[in-house]
Amino acid sequence: MGRYVIRRLLQAIPVLLGTTFLIFATVYALPGDPIAALGGDRLLDPLLVARMRETFHLNDPLLVQYWYYISGVVTGDLGTTFRGVPVASFFQHKIQVTFNLAITALVFEAILGVLLGLYAALRRGRWQDQAILAFTLLLVSVPTLVSGFILQLVLGVKLKLNTGIDFFPVAGIQDGWRSYLVPGLVLAGLSVAYLARLTRTSLMETLRADYVRTAVAKGMPRRRVLGRHVLRNSLIPVITYLGADLGNLMGGAVITETIFNLPGVGQQLFQSVYLRENAVVVGIVTVLVLVYIVANLIVDLLYAVLDPRIRYD
Amino acid sequence: MKNSTVDTHTLPAQWADDEPLLVVDDLYVEFQTRQGTVRAVNGVSYSVNAGETLAVLGESGSGKSVTAQAIMGILDMPPARIPRGQVRFRGTDLLKMPDDARSQIRGRRVSMIFQDALSALNPVFSVGWQIGEMFRVHRGMSKRDARKKAVELMDRVRIPAARDRLDDFPHQFSGGMRQRIMIAMAIALDPEILIADEPTTALDVTVQAQIMGLLAEIQRDSDMGLILITHDLGVVADVADKIAVMYGGRIVEEAPVHDLYRSPAHPYSKGLLESIPRVDLKGQELYAIKGMPPNLLEMPTGCAFHPRCPYRRANCETDVPPLHPVGSGRGSACHYWREVLDGGHS
Repeated sequence: MGRYVIRRLLQAIPVLLGTTFLIFATVYALPGDPIAALGGDRLLDPLLVARMRETFHLNDPLLVQYWYYISGVVTGDLGTTFRGVPVASFFQHKIQVTFNLAITALVFEAILGVLLGLYAALRRGRWQDQAILAFTLLLVSVPTLVSGFILQLVLGVKLKLNTGIDFFPVAGIQDGWRSYLVPGLVLAGLSVAYLARLTRTSLMETLRADYVRTAVAKGMPRRRVLGRHVLRNSLIPVITYLGADLGNLMGGAVITETIFNLPGVGQQLFQSVYLRENAVVVGIVTVLVLVYIVANLIVDLLYAVLDPRIRYD
Repeated sequence: MKNSTVDTHTLPAQWADDEPLLVVDDLYVEFQTRQGTVRAVNGVSYSVNAGETLAVLGESGSGKSVTAQAIMGILDMPPARIPRGQVRFRGTDLLKMPDDARSQIRGRRVSMIFQDALSALNPVFSVGWQIGEMFRVHRGMSKRDARKKAVELMDRVRIPAARDRLDDFPHQFSGGMRQRIMIAMAIALDPEILIADEPTTALDVTVQAQIMGLLAEIQRDSDMGLILITHDLGVVADVADKIAVMYGGRIVEEAPVHDLYRSPAHPYSKGLLESIPRVDLKGQELYAIKGMPPNLLEMPTGCAFHPRCPYRRANCETDVPPLHPVGSGRGSACHYWREVLDGGHS
């Protein structure tokens, strides 16, 4: 087990090098001059521009630039923005915001998705099942932009005005964990739909399994058949999806962060691509890739816990 | 050997002593499908007494497993439906019993083992856990005591090094050992009836004999009734007391096992017996019953076997033959059972 974890973490190194280089090269290939863009409408002093290009190694070939960047990262230096702000200084906080948001969404996704899927599977073919399927379709078709603003209006504004309940903040993160509830729900929407459908299918498959029939034949109460014999087996694909989805949620948080004015990496990423801040873009993406890798590693380890047929040694 | 603590209070006293332990009486089971109604079981009746072995013989689709599942109450309803019939256990109709009362009987007093033990055992729980579950749930035993019981049972079904294998998972056992685990689980609470649905079909021949031997031995020790469902005539001869042959959802012949082997009274049983490969007929072509098993959606009119029957006459296509009494404890659902019995043309 330990050796497996170490091997998997070592495998992450080439993946990280590859992704960072790809992102670096993509931003490098974007048209326009990042230094000139700093001046906005005004022309900058050519001497200053030349000096800055020198400082940021912008005149060197791509591979050399990448080498400067990556050797900095290895020694713990995430670089500075073109305005001279060290990336590390705002990085951690923003990652934290996005991570909080993604985890909140993941919790919503896991609870709502599994419960809806479970209920639909147990009411297979009846109106409750049809209603849940229709609801998931609705979730998939309504864009975050719409659901975000609606929930913000209903829960953040109307609720307070009409009932006096001041629980959900309209925007920002000044209210601690409560700030993440509505954005988390909005972000989770699409994934809830997918997860509910996945859970439903997986459960219906397991319900037909021979060993479930055996459990019934053993005289086990229905609750126990479902809770023990069915659930554990049908959760394996669900866990896989959840693990992979954490990365998607973190990367897909841009719109939600914008609507609710959360200072996370989504907004930052968008802005930095625009400004061609290579150090920031690559830094953020690297963290996202790391989250992805670690989440999938945890999923793989959970497999072995859920299914004894899987062994790592 | 019988566990004397069985809770008889759930059953009324109306059970007449002369009625067998388990009686299936005129049972019908149908499945609602998109293509129409599949009539899988059409008026099946049979009975088993304590210490008795009934072999239910038939090819796939003959309704033998569905009947067993109806007895156990493990049919998916819907799509399955039981429009008519009774399953009486000690005189009480199980089909009319409320769900919770029935699950007191299921697994405890009437239990079942299945064909493919690999898929019938839960892959994610250890075998000790799965056997012990019977004691934890039904007897309220502690984890520790349940484990002890599981070891005892694994010893009883002769799994070597039972104590060390308690925490192993089904996939770590061989096919024969897995079936032994199934058996251990089914006999855990000393049931009065054990239904074995093709228990040896998925196993190779030497292991088949061992499993059959084990079942026979357990039955001898515990005096339980055994319903052995199979399509394999070879399996039946040594262990069964009587045989019910099913075709197209009906019992076509019922007889004490040796009578049936000696002189079948239904063309289908006769065909089955003749299709057993025999060493003394080496080199000759194997006999096979002509035609195909009936399509359950479009059952032939009259006798379901008539399209394949060498004894067929005109009325076979229109009249469903009832189960004619043929000597003591025998019955044949063939209009021309006399001819078949006399070994007429075939």
